[in-house]
Amino acid sequence: MDLENQARIKDLFDKHGAENLVVVLGGAEAEASGLAAETVANGDPTFAGPLAGVQLGLKAYHMFEEEIKGEVDPAVYEEHISMMEMVLDLDAIVKEVKEIREQFTT
Amino acid sequence: MLKDKKVVVLGDRDGIPGPAIDECIKSAGGEVIFSTTECFV
Repeated sequence: MDLENQARIKDLFDKHGAENLVVVLGGAEAEASGLAAETVANGDPTFAGPLAGVQLGLKAYHMFEEEIKGEVDPAVYEEHISMMEMVLDLDAIVKEVKEIREQFTT
Repeated sequence: MLKDKKVVVLGDRDGIPGPAIDECIKSAGGEVIFSTTECFV
């Protein structure tokens, strides 16, 4: 994940706390989405950014996951997201992000 | 789950861009406090 974004997320965590924050991802593929989810939960696995070794415990969901999709106005989802469901590997992305979230957050 | 939550949006230029996710979060009652669109190229 972009190093500047790691710094921003750390600041927002300090301000709002994990309980009030949710991270929503729009990653194009499973591995990068999983890495982003791991970074906000367990720290930067590449040890390159401000979140290296910092376990924020934030829950990250991909936009495709039912927990998020199910709460969105269907018309808005259809307009902005549905097309990407057809071109990206939805099942692999959802599986990876869910596994990472369950592994690193309670 | 999103209602009244503060949401950080990490969009992807090659996947779903930040602004598209923002619209969805707002429709679900969440508050987007930071939104970006990353580029992995």
